[in-house]
Amino acid sequence: MDFTFFLIQALNGVQYGLLLFLIASGLTLIFGIMHVINLAHGAFYMVGAYLVWSLTGVFDSFVVAILASIVCAAALGWVIERFLVIHLYNRDHLDQVLLTYGLILVLNEVQRMMFGSDVHSVAVPEAVRYSIPLTDMMSYPVYRLLLAGICLALAVAMYWIIQRTRLGMWIRAGAANREMTASLGIDIRRLNALVFAAGTALAAFAGMIAAPLSSVYPGMGDNVIIISFVVVVIGGIGSVKGAFLGALAIGLTDTFGRVLLPEMSSVMVYALMAAVLLWKPNGLFARA
Amino acid sequence: MTTAAPVSRPTGAAAWSVPSRFALLLLALAAVLAFYPLYGEALFPGQHDYFLQKLTAIMILAMLAMSLDLLVGIGGMVSLGHAAFFGLGGYALALLGPEYEAANLWTTLPMTLGAVGLAALVIGALSIRTGGIYFIMITLAFGQMFYYVFNDAAFAGGSDGTYIYVRPAVAVFGVALIDLGDAVTFFYVVFAAMMGTYVFLRVLLASPFGKVLRGIGINPQRVRGVGYNPDAYKLVAFVIGAMLAGLAGYLSAAQFGFVNPSMMSWHHSGTVLVMVILGGLGTLHGAILGAFALEILHAVIEARTEHWLLVLGGLIIVMVLTLPKGIAGLLERITAPRANRARTGHEDRGES
Repeated sequence: MDFTFFLIQALNGVQYGLLLFLIASGLTLIFGIMHVINLAHGAFYMVGAYLVWSLTGVFDSFVVAILASIVCAAALGWVIERFLVIHLYNRDHLDQVLLTYGLILVLNEVQRMMFGSDVHSVAVPEAVRYSIPLTDMMSYPVYRLLLAGICLALAVAMYWIIQRTRLGMWIRAGAANREMTASLGIDIRRLNALVFAAGTALAAFAGMIAAPLSSVYPGMGDNVIIISFVVVVIGGIGSVKGAFLGALAIGLTDTFGRVLLPEMSSVMVYALMAAVLLWKPNGLFARA
Repeated sequence: MTTAAPVSRPTGAAAWSVPSRFALLLLALAAVLAFYPLYGEALFPGQHDYFLQKLTAIMILAMLAMSLDLLVGIGGMVSLGHAAFFGLGGYALALLGPEYEAANLWTTLPMTLGAVGLAALVIGALSIRTGGIYFIMITLAFGQMFYYVFNDAAFAGGSDGTYIYVRPAVAVFGVALIDLGDAVTFFYVVFAAMMGTYVFLRVLLASPFGKVLRGIGINPQRVRGVGYNPDAYKLVAFVIGAMLAGLAGYLSAAQFGFVNPSMMSWHHSGTVLVMVILGGLGTLHGAILGAFALEILHAVIEARTEHWLLVLGGLIIVMVLTLPKGIAGLLERITAPRANRARTGHEDRGES
């Protein structure tokens, strides 16, 4: 394997990992703060992809379509938190699993009713529709680099918000002790709604920017949610830092697994999860 | 953890104490089912064969649902990967048996159960060490791993799955005891397997093992405090549940004559979990009721609209928000003598 090939695969792995981070970070925050396991998080990824596909047709601009889709996705998250998830805060995990599973079925079926079962594609925006030549034969598409850059910027922004702002302080306090935080006068209900809407928007955003690469198809959220769970389990539930490292590890393992051990590739990420669990049963960065 | 009706009774005889009028209702339903091959032809001419096959399939799903109830309802382990063991049982029959002749039940069934039990031992050991939400995610991930393995496996037919051309033979010294190829015979074999599973689990739950397991489902810390190791008990229950699921998968593969990866998909696990909850968690008979209720509803809705999954999703959401004890809880309350009704209602409030 020559260096250029290795570089391309590494870039692909990192880019896939960063995309997974956008989904897994919302998942892990929603669990960390609200103690809710949200199976429907992958469905939001699908919602994002379909939103941007249909809105690109309306606005004729990928960027405008993305901005409009983010607003729609956040609104959807807010509504779902207000009317459904709000009933789950004091229920056990089983009820949470069931209700969010029901939500997946509803969202998947609504998607089928509105858009049918065809696979759609979203065009890469014209401004970044070129590739950087690496050798005579191989080149790397700029859009993938841009995607990785956006994800990285979001990760940094998220770190800054959580560690350096008052809102982030509330979020960390809410994750550490709900009741205490509420009794200090912080509106935990609004905080919940905000985190859920933001998590929904993040997962949907991942679906939007992935749409030009992966195309838009029914059930696309189902594959993503399982891998995101693996990321969260590896990183430790509730830890954003763990989600970041877990996502990169999974992205690289999956990408190189497909190239180096194609016949074993479907098992690689789960083997990695099993290895981490043997070593640290509660993930790499679990809170006690 | 959600607790089920029998758990709330203080006496140790809980496992056997189904309210008597309710027990009669259950027996009547079982009799209606058992005699179906006798009256089905007269009642539904033209559709009898289809109904016979459908009922057989539902009874197999009921076995799967009971095996999941052992984990979720009794042991407090919410597994989202249970369908993987069902699928493994089916694939084991397909891969262990000869291609164009009948597989020998006496060799393939024990090998199937052994293989499924071994897989469950490894997955269970990895996932039970962690509790609660980790357990849900890890079982989901491992279940999906099996799905992808068989989806990509050339030897197992990939995503198309593979066929079993002849149902397994049940013979002693070369003399065929029963002919599984006959639809009515197969119906009764599955009926016996379902009832056997029910009785086996009832006996298991009445045993000291079952009592400790129920205790773990309610409060593992206290059980540990009394001196038991909850993880060991959970692992044994996980393996037993998985082997029963494997048995159901074996029967299902024998019935339909083919297996494919969708048997293992997490949507299948989810649907079976819905059956268990719909029927009433931790009651065993609830799992059977739930399987029948959901599958009959499925057949009725599917005949009218193609959007069954929308109905199912909505049903699940409504059920979680309004019906914490499932159909079994509802029937139990309706059939309970008047004096008990107030008490049952009180329990509801106390638990949910």
